[in-house]
Amino acid sequence: MGWFFLLFAALAIFGALMLVVQKNPIVSALYLVVSFASLAGLFVLLHAPFLAAVQVIVYAGAIMVLFLFVIMLLNLRYDVDDGMAHVARRMFGWLLGIVLFALGWVILRRPTALGPTGTESPEAVAGAGNTQVLAERLFTDYLFPFELTSLVLLVAILGAVVLAMRRTARNEEEIEEAP
Amino acid sequence: VNWFPAGEPSLEAYLLVASILFVIGTVGVLVRRNALIMFMSIELMLNAANLAFVAFARYLDALDGQVFVFFVMVVAAAEVAIGLALIVNLFRARETVYVDEVDTLRG
Repeated sequence: MGWFFLLFAALAIFGALMLVVQKNPIVSALYLVVSFASLAGLFVLLHAPFLAAVQVIVYAGAIMVLFLFVIMLLNLRYDVDDGMAHVARRMFGWLLGIVLFALGWVILRRPTALGPTGTESPEAVAGAGNTQVLAERLFTDYLFPFELTSLVLLVAILGAVVLAMRRTARNEEEIEEAP
Repeated sequence: VNWFPAGEPSLEAYLLVASILFVIGTVGVLVRRNALIMFMSIELMLNAANLAFVAFARYLDALDGQVFVFFVMVVAAAEVAIGLALIVNLFRARETVYVDEVDTLRG
């Protein structure tokens, strides 16, 4: 168990680092897939098999395919270094990252106690199965937020359609006819 | 902090991984100029938060954290659809996705 955690954690962090460091956007995207897949492994270790599956299907699958499509559509060049301004920005960024991490580390090292625990321990959930218990929570306690997500997705669809339709031929005629 | 009590990683171990991933995502947004890579770094930060949610759900014996991860994923999917459409439109208008080169306000 501990070895699997170390493996997946190391892979997730390695993929994330390579995402930031790589110059070729496609390689960056593929390393992000590595990171997402290892996060799915960590979800399995945390007794969340449904979320692990969704992580692979939605994140490593759908979202990253969208990213790769756009990268290929735009035919991006490699990132170019542009001298001192870029170096200064990079140093500043990593410095700020280290400060942020040190802040988190200080908080993490403080002795803390967990609050009151619930009843849905992995052993208690194992009978019905994680997916079924999750669905019961989703369709009872969280029914209203769940319905709201449909609205979020509808707005996203409308927004994507409006943004994609902006430069159709008919639209450009209208733009040209305008004074 | 005892990172591996009885062989299984502790909550702190998961939180450490989540914080490292979040910081790398932050650095990615700060350091890179490619809007697509900055966007991917934001996705990485969302995933780090998801890992913290699932870890707390596991160690507090409550599935609410997992339900929240589900909602975060829905919002992330919607966000990616809109964000990528915006980036494609930006590229059509300016022939670039580098945020440094998009620095004038008058379109």
